[in-house]
Parts: sequence; C-alpha cells; structure tokens
Amino acid sequence: MGGSGSRLSKELLAEYQDLTFLTKQEILLGPTGSPACARAHRRFCELLPLERRSMEESLQARVSLEQIFSLPELKANPFRERICRVFSTSPARDSLSFEDFLDLLSVFSDTATPDIKSHYAFRIFDFDDDGTLNREDLSQLVNCLTGEGEDTRLSASEMKQLIDNILEESDIDRDGTINLSEFQHVISRSPDFANSFKIVL
Amino acid sequence: MASVLDVPETPEDQGREPSPYDESEMHQSFHLLIQEQSQGAAEEGLELQPQAPGAGAAGASAGNQQALLGPEGATAHSMATLRILASMPSRTIGRSRGAIISQYYSRTVRLRRRASRPQLRGLGRSARPSLRLYDLELDSTALAEEEKRVLLVKELQGLPVAQRDHVLRGMPLSLAEKRCLREEMRSPSRRPRGRPGLLGCCSRLRYACALASHDLGLGLLSGLQALVPWHYALKRIGGQFGSSVLSYFLFLKTLLAFNALLLLPLLAFLVGVQTAFPPAPQGPVPTFTGLELLTGGGRFTDTVMYYGYYSNATLNQPCADPPDGGQCTPEAASLPYNMPLAYLFTIGAAFFITCFTLVYSMSHSFGESYRVGSALGAHAITVFCSWDHKVTQKRASRLQCDNIRTQLKELLAEWQLRRGHRSACGRLRRAAVLALVWLLCLGITLGCTVAVYTFSEHMIESPVPADREGALLALPLVVCLLNLGAPYLYRGLAALERHDSPVLEVYVAVCRLISERRLGWGKPEFDIARNVLELIYGQTLTWLGVLFSPLLPAVQIIKLLLLFYVKKASLLANCQAPRRPWLASHMRTVFISLLCFPCFLGAAIFLCYAVWQVKPSSLCGPFRSLDSMYEAGKVWVRRLERAGPQVSWLPWVHRYLVENTFPVYLLSALLLAVIYLNIQVVKGQRKVIRLLKEQISNEGEDKIFLINKLHSVYERKERSGAGRTQEGAAPPARPADHRAA
Repeated sequence: MGGSGSRLSKELLAEYQDLTFLTKQEILLGPTGSPACARAHRRFCELLPLERRSMEESLQARVSLEQIFSLPELKANPFRERICRVFSTSPARDSLSFEDFLDLLSVFSDTATPDIKSHYAFRIFDFDDDGTLNREDLSQLVNCLTGEGEDTRLSASEMKQLIDNILEESDIDRDGTINLSEFQHVISRSPDFANSFKIVL
Repeated sequence: MASVLDVPETPEDQGREPSPYDESEMHQSFHLLIQEQSQGAAEEGLELQPQAPGAGAAGASAGNQQALLGPEGATAHSMATLRILASMPSRTIGRSRGAIISQYYSRTVRLRRRASRPQLRGLGRSARPSLRLYDLELDSTALAEEEKRVLLVKELQGLPVAQRDHVLRGMPLSLAEKRCLREEMRSPSRRPRGRPGLLGCCSRLRYACALASHDLGLGLLSGLQALVPWHYALKRIGGQFGSSVLSYFLFLKTLLAFNALLLLPLLAFLVGVQTAFPPAPQGPVPTFTGLELLTGGGRFTDTVMYYGYYSNATLNQPCADPPDGGQCTPEAASLPYNMPLAYLFTIGAAFFITCFTLVYSMSHSFGESYRVGSALGAHAITVFCSWDHKVTQKRASRLQCDNIRTQLKELLAEWQLRRGHRSACGRLRRAAVLALVWLLCLGITLGCTVAVYTFSEHMIESPVPADREGALLALPLVVCLLNLGAPYLYRGLAALERHDSPVLEVYVAVCRLISERRLGWGKPEFDIARNVLELIYGQTLTWLGVLFSPLLPAVQIIKLLLLFYVKKASLLANCQAPRRPWLASHMRTVFISLLCFPCFLGAAIFLCYAVWQVKPSSLCGPFRSLDSMYEAGKVWVRRLERAGPQVSWLPWVHRYLVENTFPVYLLSALLLAVIYLNIQVVKGQRKVIRLLKEQISNEGEDKIFLINKLHSVYERKERSGAGRTQEGAAPPARPADHRAA
C-alpha cells in the first residue's frame, strides 16, 4: 500500500478496500502510486477548510454539495446533483461525508458489478424518490440529457412520443411506471452501460 | 358471508425505519396512478361465498373487466392506500434499506444452498390463497427490518470468507451499514452454522480457488495494462473525446499486440538463426543512402529483411548436404538446422497462432456485445445508457448533449417513418438507388484494381537501372493517390443513398442550429471509420507480405508506435469528437471482425496459394531447388519414412490426415452442425423471453385489479365512517354494493 502522503491508518485503509470496489485499483496506476482510497482522501481533504484537515476531523466532516460540485470530475455532469443526493446520508441530504464520497467512487469505479451500477443508476434517475420511474422522472431525465437551455430541449410532442416509446419498450407489467427490475432488464441489454457509468478520479 | 380484507393502517416495517427517504408524504406518482386506474373500480367488490370454487371463479372473472387506463375525476385517496402502495415490493426495492436487506437475504440463501429457487417449504404463506379456504389474512409474518438483518447476518456467516466479502461488497448499501453488518458477523456469540462436511469443504475449496485465480488474472491484466506507457494518455483522450474515439486507440494497441505475437516466433526461429550463420556475401555491399527507408532496396537488399537472404541448406552441417545422402566426415556435432523446413513451419505456426488469437478475441467480444433481443428498445437504451460519465470537460459535455439530442430525434424520426406505410413505389425507388450505388462502388474498385495491375506490369517489363532507384517509388505513389481519392468518391455515393430519408433533414437542421449558436465551428471531426480502416489496411499488407519479408511485423510495430503519437497530437490539437457516437462495445466487435474476416482470411488464402502452387524463385531463397514451398515438408516426411519404424506415425498422419481431403469435409460438417445448433438455441431463448413477458404482463393486470379493489374497499370504509359520524347514533348503513367507487 502506497502511503506517500496518505494519512489514513492501515486498518482503516484495509477496511475500505474490503468493503468497496476501490480495492482492485492497481497500485501502479495513478501518477502518485497510492491506492485509490488514499487518493480519494486527499481530494476530499482539499475541499475542507485548512483547520479541519486532520485525519479524525476529516472522517467526521461533511462537505456541502456546492463544494462537491466544484470537483472537476463532476463539474460538467448534469446529474451531479442527483448523484450527490443519492449518496448522501445526512437527514437533509445536502452534504457528503468522506465515507459517502468513497461509496460514490466505489460504485462508479472500474470493477463495480453492473448489478450495483444499475441499482444506483435507477436511484439517480428517480427524481422524486418514489421507487419507480414515472413520466415526470423520465421527462426530467431527458431534459438533463439534452442540455440546459430552452432551445436545446425536445418539443412537447416529441417528448410525449419519446416517453410513450420508452414505456412501451420497458414497462413489461403495463402499470405506467418502470420499476427497478424492469430497469435492470433494459440495462442488461446494453453492454455499454457499465463502460459509460464510470467516473475516474 | 363476505370476507373483508383486514389491512392494517400503518404497516409495521415502515414505522421504525430511519430511512432518509420520507415515505409518509403523499407521493405525486401514486396520486396519478390511482387517478388513472380508479376508473376501473366501478364494479362491486368481490364477494366470496363458501361454495364450490365455480362461483368464486365466476365472481373473479366478472371483476376482470376493468379498465386499465383512463383518468377518473379526482376522488379523495386514502392515505392508507397510498402508504400500502408505497410499500409494494416492486417499489421499495428501488428505494428502502429494509427491502434491499431482504432481497440480499434471499439471494444469499440461494447462494448458500446452491439452489436456483428458494425452497417452497420455507414460505409460510402463499401470495395466491386458494379460494376454497378463503384464507385472506394478510401477511402477518412480515418481518421487521431488524429481524431481516439478523437473518441476513446468519446467512452470511454460513458462507466462506471470500464469498462473504464478495457479497458484502456487491450490496447497494452505504459504507456505514456494511460496516455494521461486518461487525455483527464477527461477533463471537454467533458461531458459523454450516457443518463443514466433505461436500461443503470441496465446494468452498473450489470457490476459493476460482476466486483466487480470478483475482490473479485481474491483477495480472491490470498490471500488464499499467506497464504500457500510454495509460494516462488514453485516460485523457477518453475524458476529452469519449469512448468512441478511445476505441480507435485501443484497437491500435490490440494491433501492436498481434504484431508482437507474430514477430516472436519469426525472430526466434528464422531471423536469429540466419543472422548467426550468415551466407557468403554475393558482391559488394552498396552504401547506405536515405532512399532505402522508402524503397527498401539498396543497402537493405541482401539482408535478413528479405526472403532471398535465407539459405536453402541445413545450417551448421559439417559438410554440404546432398539430398540423396553422401559421405560426410563426422565432426564436432552441434544441432543441424534445416532452414527451408524451419521457414515453412515457422510461418505456418505464426499464422496459426494469429488465427487462433483472432477468432478467440472476436468470439469473446461478440459474446460481450450481443444480447438476445437487443435490437429492440433503442429508445430506452439511448435514454438510460448513453450518458458517458467519464467526460469531464464542459465543452465535451455540451457536445455530448447535442449528440444525444440528435440521436433521440433521429430515433423518433425513424420510428415515425417505419410506422407510416411506405408505398411500393417508394420502396422500389429506394432499392433502385441502393443497387445503383453498389454498382458504382464496385465499378470504382474494379477500375482502381485494373489500373494498379496494368501499371505494375508496365513497371516490371521496363526494369529500373540501379542508379535510378527513386523510380521504384512510382507504383507506391499511384496506389497511395488512389487510396486517398477513392474514399471521397465513396462518401459522395453514400450521401446519395441517404438523400431521401427524413433523418438527413433532421441532421441538417440540428447542425445548422448548432453552428449558428457556436462561433468556433471550424474544427474537423476525428473520422473514426477512416482511421480504423487504414489501420486494418496496413495490417493486411503486413500479413500478405510476411511470407517474403519476415521482418515486416517489426516495421509495422515501429509504424504503429509512431502513428499513436502522431494521431494523439493531431487529435488534441485539431479535432473534436464525432457527432454520431458509436457504441464502443459494438465497435470493438466490428473492428476485430473486419480484421478477421476479409483481411486475415484473404491473407491466409494467399499464403496457402503461394505455399502450395507457386513455383519459388530458383535464384535465391530457401526453396531454390524445389518445385513448391510445400515440397520441403514432403521431402522431410519421406526422409522420416526412410529413417525407420520408430517415427512411422508421422508419415501416416501426413498421408491420411493432411493430404487426404476427407478430414476437411468432416470438420466442415461438424462446424456447420455446431452453428445450426447455436441458432436453434438462440431461437428457443427468444421464445422463452416472449412467454415470460406475457406472463409478467398478466401479473401486471392482476396487480392493477387488486389496487382497484383496495381502493374501493377504503372508499367504502371512509364513507361508512363519515356516514356514522354524520348520523350520530343511527346504525351505520351498509354501503351499497353496487355503488361506483
């Protein structure tokens, strides 16, 4: 284990590497040669104010969503707000702790199983958090994909047609919404999903 | 006697859960769901009589005529109904921790018992109670989250350690919760339940071995990948341009690997040996001028680079070796090395290894990218799977948005087109245009081929004097010019083909919009198709030429290395990502298939023809004295036959398996049979998928029916409750059975 500049204790590092998918990242990868958890810790500490960067404080501290959005890996991602809300464990879901951040990186890592990726993708796309993707969720999703700005969105009729087609293709039990199993079934037909659902720190 | 559903107001498993998701508020989605589907609750509730099941069935069938959709006027929805709907398993699994734990509990049970389905013995209740029993108590054994957790921990403890970690890592829970589970598993009060036994031990050992080898394989692979010095460059390209451009560079890396694989046996068995025993020089060695790097002649003429340099004798033999055996004074022996045989066998073996690796790689990537029924669902897949989260730059992200929007519009346009009836006249016109375009393309190809052929004949007939070696470059120049110009012609023809589709209009409109919005639109796109085809073309030339120039793979490796850096610099400085992104996994399959089928197959056919039929040069090369290259092998086999009975099996194999045509027919028949079986298997899978979809759709109808019933029951309860409070002491009126909900 690299340890150049990492201040996480060995036991903690080992525990993180056991419980998340960040363990498989090779020590040779990355410009500094330290394991992914240590790199993540360093990046997280950079977001904290100077006086709270000690090891104990950094594990307890929580970072607001705006600060997480300033990370270059998330700055240009239209789903950044949903991603952070899904992984946040605070009651108001507006801040991330270091372990939430590790969870995020673990799910988006190279070696995470497609199963867990599709599970979290579903939660990210579920804008109203009700456990299914209904028409509003889908329309908000399409708006995120096509870009901000009024002239870049699809017209109302195109949106309606698109959502009808999506439901026709994926809603197997015909209840008007897409639940997790149906979503995972659609995802399993696309071998590119695991490749595109990745964030590299 | 009617049985009434007794549904508790607040289901237990919601009360204690400190879930971050606030489930008690009224969700907008359920509001709409009830609106859409409550129209169907217009009939009376299902009344069960303790009679023969026939009446119950009749009652059920009467209730089946519900309307599935169609919004009704707003009615007051009971909080209780909505809360129950919120706790339906299909909804909670996507959202709440308790459901995840119970799902993983059942998965772990299946894993531990190695059964494909959970045993029915364990189920205390049935979801479809028999009407005979009218046993309609609801799930009173619903476990609280704490109990489910305890069960999960117990199950996990029964697994081997490696598998336990694997399952824990794959659970979609937060890190803190996983840590709690792990602590509970470690607590000494719980002993592992499973008795080791012989069978358990074996399976655990097997699993541990499999996991260890999997880890080792992954570790080796990522270690190897990390050794290649381009890892960081590739990450940067992927981040800036997306996965489709990255696939070109990955393909380049794959070609490097293929060439290295080809080069190794050639270096070891041909080039190395011949360099150690150089033949007598045939005249003065010309001086090195720079032109050799382009023409390959001059200084390079009589070197290991070419076929002519290799000797046709057995190297390291103490004396000259006449084929019919002569007298030789034995000297200090080192291993004799039959160069013609080595040449033949090494080239053959190198091609065989390349073929095997190519076919394996193609089938592997095909297996990863092909899914039964994957042609359907393009809209859903585009919306759910097309956002590439690796992209980190604002500009690239905006480009991705534009691409996805274009793709969605195209999908919708094509869907409209397919739905609309196309007249026979339109279809005929399209077919005619396609045929014309194909004929033109073939004509151009044929024209280029004939031109190159006549020009090369002309060049051969008028030999070039030694001091004007530059004229040798005329033919390559003509070929390069043709290669440059022909693709533009083809692209023009392709535009003609698409001219009448609405997709093109969408395209033009979107491009115009984007170009009006953005000022700097002058950057060209990175043309993936063209670059990949150039790579494949270069590799085909290498394979075609390796028989006569064993060091050609080394030249190709140097060229690929240079090409990587040149293309990378050009991409980063000049290009933008393509407007129509391709699916990366399909691309890899397509590239490798193109490499295998037209190119490698063609080169292999050429090689076979050259080895079997063409008379080798009688002035130079390892086969000077033979009628065909294959004869070297035949001569050797004959010598073996004469050598004695100890090696008699080899000539037998040669006569009956290699020279006989029957084994070839047998192998082809077997191959056809295997292909046919696979096609049938896929057909069967498609049928099964269709049946399962119908079944799920039926279950969905059941679900809607039950929701309607639930809603009508609650309506009745509320109304009777309201009636009671209004009328005070008056006995509650029995709600009319025929009243609409």
